[in-house]
Amino acid sequence: MKSQTIGLNGDRKVTAGPSRRKVIKSLAATTALAAAASSMPLFGRYGQAQSSEPIKIGFQVHRTGIGAAYGRWYDRTTKAAVKKINDEGGINGRPVEIIAEDDGTDPKRGAEVVEKMATQHGCDIAFGTLFSHVVIGSAPRAGELKIPYFVVSEGHHVASGMLNRYTLQPGITDVKSQVQAMAPFVNNTLGKKITMIYPDFAFGHDHRDYFSAAVEAQGGEVVAKIAIPPTESSFTKYFPKIPRNTDVIYHVMVGPAVLTFVKEMGEFFGNSRPEIFGFIDSLEAVDLASPGLEFLEGTYFWEGNPRYAQANQSEYDKAYRAAVGVDANGASISDSKDVATYAHMFGCWETLHIVKAGMEASGYAGPKDRAKLIEAVEAMTSMPHSHAHPQGAKEFNGKTHQVFGHQYITRVTNGKLVLAHTTSIADTYYPDEVDYTTQSF
Amino acid sequence: MELGPYLILGLLEGLVTAAVLSLMAVGLSLVFGVMRVVNVAHGEFFMVGAVLAWWIAGAVDGHPALGFVAALLLAPPLTAGLAMMADQLVLKRINYDPERTIVATIGLLYIIQQITLMTYGPEARPVEAPFNHRLSIPFFEWTDGGLTLSWPWGLGTTSYKLAVIGAAVILLTAIWLLMTRTRYGLLMRATQLDSETAQAFAIPVGRVYASVFGLGAGLAALGGVLIVPIQQAHYLMGHDPLLLSFIVVIIGGLGSLPGTVVAALLIGISDGMISVFFSPTLAKIIATLAVAFVLVFRPQGLFGKRTL
Amino acid sequence: MSDLKKSWTLHLSIIALLFGLQFFLPAYHHGNLARIMVLTCYAMGYNILFGYTGLLSLGHALFFAAGMYGLSLSIQHLGWMAGPAMLAGLLAGFVMALVIGLLLLRTAGVAFMIVTLMFAQAGFLTVLYFGELTRGDEGFVIQQELRSIAGIDLSDPTSRYFAALLLMAVCIVITLHVVQTGFGRVLVAIRENDERTRMLGYDIQRHKLAAILLSGTMSAAAGAAYGLLFGYAGATFASVQYSIFPLLWVLLGGAGTVLGPLIGTLFMFYLIDLSSNLTTAYMLIAGLVLLALTLFAPQGLVGEIRRRGLRWLP
Repeated sequence: MKSQTIGLNGDRKVTAGPSRRKVIKSLAATTALAAAASSMPLFGRYGQAQSSEPIKIGFQVHRTGIGAAYGRWYDRTTKAAVKKINDEGGINGRPVEIIAEDDGTDPKRGAEVVEKMATQHGCDIAFGTLFSHVVIGSAPRAGELKIPYFVVSEGHHVASGMLNRYTLQPGITDVKSQVQAMAPFVNNTLGKKITMIYPDFAFGHDHRDYFSAAVEAQGGEVVAKIAIPPTESSFTKYFPKIPRNTDVIYHVMVGPAVLTFVKEMGEFFGNSRPEIFGFIDSLEAVDLASPGLEFLEGTYFWEGNPRYAQANQSEYDKAYRAAVGVDANGASISDSKDVATYAHMFGCWETLHIVKAGMEASGYAGPKDRAKLIEAVEAMTSMPHSHAHPQGAKEFNGKTHQVFGHQYITRVTNGKLVLAHTTSIADTYYPDEVDYTTQSF
Repeated sequence: MELGPYLILGLLEGLVTAAVLSLMAVGLSLVFGVMRVVNVAHGEFFMVGAVLAWWIAGAVDGHPALGFVAALLLAPPLTAGLAMMADQLVLKRINYDPERTIVATIGLLYIIQQITLMTYGPEARPVEAPFNHRLSIPFFEWTDGGLTLSWPWGLGTTSYKLAVIGAAVILLTAIWLLMTRTRYGLLMRATQLDSETAQAFAIPVGRVYASVFGLGAGLAALGGVLIVPIQQAHYLMGHDPLLLSFIVVIIGGLGSLPGTVVAALLIGISDGMISVFFSPTLAKIIATLAVAFVLVFRPQGLFGKRTL
Repeated sequence: MSDLKKSWTLHLSIIALLFGLQFFLPAYHHGNLARIMVLTCYAMGYNILFGYTGLLSLGHALFFAAGMYGLSLSIQHLGWMAGPAMLAGLLAGFVMALVIGLLLLRTAGVAFMIVTLMFAQAGFLTVLYFGELTRGDEGFVIQQELRSIAGIDLSDPTSRYFAALLLMAVCIVITLHVVQTGFGRVLVAIRENDERTRMLGYDIQRHKLAAILLSGTMSAAAGAAYGLLFGYAGATFASVQYSIFPLLWVLLGGAGTVLGPLIGTLFMFYLIDLSSNLTTAYMLIAGLVLLALTLFAPQGLVGEIRRRGLRWLP
């Protein structure tokens, strides 16, 4: 079953009759386009949306705990997206209201917060969280409470089939597709003998497994796999495990100690470093001009969305940047030291636009239409590069509830990250591992 | 890397860990020993020291060394003041009851973390080191041709890391002199032995307690200032060092200053060394269990004299 | 009415009250209460060791996690049904308590605290180390269709509430029984003065071990139930934070009282939940309330009630 190649919007069976399904599909496509192409208000577009009650979106946010630096920017991006959506007439003519709850970056509190959104605040949907353990801890409750749960987590947990029909990830690509899309570039441009350094927990293990497999398929070799315990705060002692014949270091690290990690790596190598390829997670929300990072000049990074405004910057990225309040260097407009989590936070913006498109396509009027909303999102396919999708074009797979998109590789040049390569969307595909549309609501 | 150079690197890294850890643990040990209370918020004073260092260093213009020196001089006394205030407002009023102190210091921990989060923010921020040169280390090997010198790949440290080790040695010596050679040290030791008798001999036990609590917090903050050019200031950074310094204090034997320092060296260096031979997470498991078994079979710690 | 009768009446009526309450509670609080009752069992397990025997553990998350993983791993990897898996969770907690308990008997005081802390930390790291099985910190979902015992779907709010209430009622009855029998009185005697208890001819090591076993198994039951009722197992539940929670709940509610754990857990849950409605700085409020409690209700809430009048409270 798993060998079946990806069929984005293939001829699968759904419970709804063909005629209605067709209508939903075409509506989804047109509204996505319409919303993207024009900023015209959409008041009164649908007969059933007479109510002017706000649409309540429960926003599960990491305000405290280990994810707080990400949470702050997810919050800013979400506010900016909601402002834009409301300025353009809201959803089905109704204003959008965000009800934010702190999950403390903790799976137990995360589940409680989803429960609170569903049963106390009466939210239409829940949305927003990043850290995988919070998503996995909360998703069962979302499924039981039958509240659509839109996550912005980049974990492979949605597409792996572990979660349920109520959990979707339409705004950000998952780690499996990101990692395997990097393999050809690393192999062909940087070198064949690769040492991986990653955190010793599930997120790091995903990197290890999916990247090793992809590199071997390309004829390269992972010569060492160095797993760093999550409680670690100093790293120099692990670097001697790097074999001398390493061509490329592949690093990914998360958490507050990331800058220490990168700095100590520079101190270890002195001026005889191999090629270095890292996931920007290792430096997310960290200023590239921090002391000790000079050695990164000429190294490469994966970025979900390039932090620095590029030479070929699209008008969409320009508008999105301005709306969120981020300057051309990826820092806050009001404080150039306050660096954004730019590679990830676009997911909030795009997800909210998909929620809008889905609600409008399904004629969403209230919680009784939640299943219709999910079906409408499942029916989505191509999402063109637009104001709703400033990161780039995407393809949504309704069966696995996961979106696929371009990945960016940038090179540190004069202290800035300059685009070196953009992968195609097809580079990120892998065979479906689940078909959520066969699950009942 | 060859085993020899690798071990040297592990040793150097371990010494840096041990340097900061011993400052923090000596602070905790003083509070623990003299006042007989467990200060769960001790790690937060470490964090406050690092965060204040970031503020102060950022406020001073000119060479990074100026800002760092200002931080080194100002952050520990400010943190000590904060701790003494907490002592007067809370701990004194609950009579240093051991269990209530745990809850009270957990409350303190929440308050300090939240205030830091609201003012300083959730990011990890660096402070520039006053000086930071990479030093390559030569390695000597006995081969067929006699003693040869080589410069193994990656074997090196930085001048700042060596300075941290040196600073810790000086500071710990100063504390030891304070404890053994001064009147203040005598008052502390008398209070530690028997606070009621001390009171009877007109020792101002209340003031000794406040100053010990302040001194302990100041030492933790000092550790925070020293570490912040290597690691960054972050509002959750106090958690792991707190656990480690607990271990150090108990392994070293309660109230034994030399024991605490030796235990810090032991824990710091073994942390660097064990990871040479095992996968890192397994190494942490082994080190943790080793500490547990030391205490199971020697509950008074390695250097303690009597049962706790 | 004798004190014994009074206390049984009180506790049974509280169980009855919680039974009746579910018909009136709004959905949100209904769900919360189910959670709180399961966590109360954890706190009650902790209370037996800390509140009654006077042994302060900083590593009870080890037992909670043993229960949780005993259950969830045997469902996930051995394909067991929820019923036997629940027993596997209990057994895992019991065996863990036996092994750790025998080692712990050699320690006392601060060493006891640190040894429990270390074992729990080793347990937490072990969960991460065996990431292939446990998915480490990320954890895994226990699928909804696997979460039923004897045909009762425990993911359904009503049956979840019943299951939580049943578990808590069992824990209350066990604790009440323990504290009112000789065994419990010896535990209290050990807490007050273990030397004197030994002089009186009691085998205090055996009593301590029994207390650790009871406490560990009860905590494991809570962990297993939490996994089963809420469908998730992850390494967070094995972290230090989850060792500190029961200490906090018990101290807030009143150490060495049967109802203290329930009141403490309830209080802390709603303290965070309600203050997070008011401000994003809810940790600040929680911290201030903790300080206020230590200043003005040193025995914990129930302890304070006992001190000020209801002296018969067990």
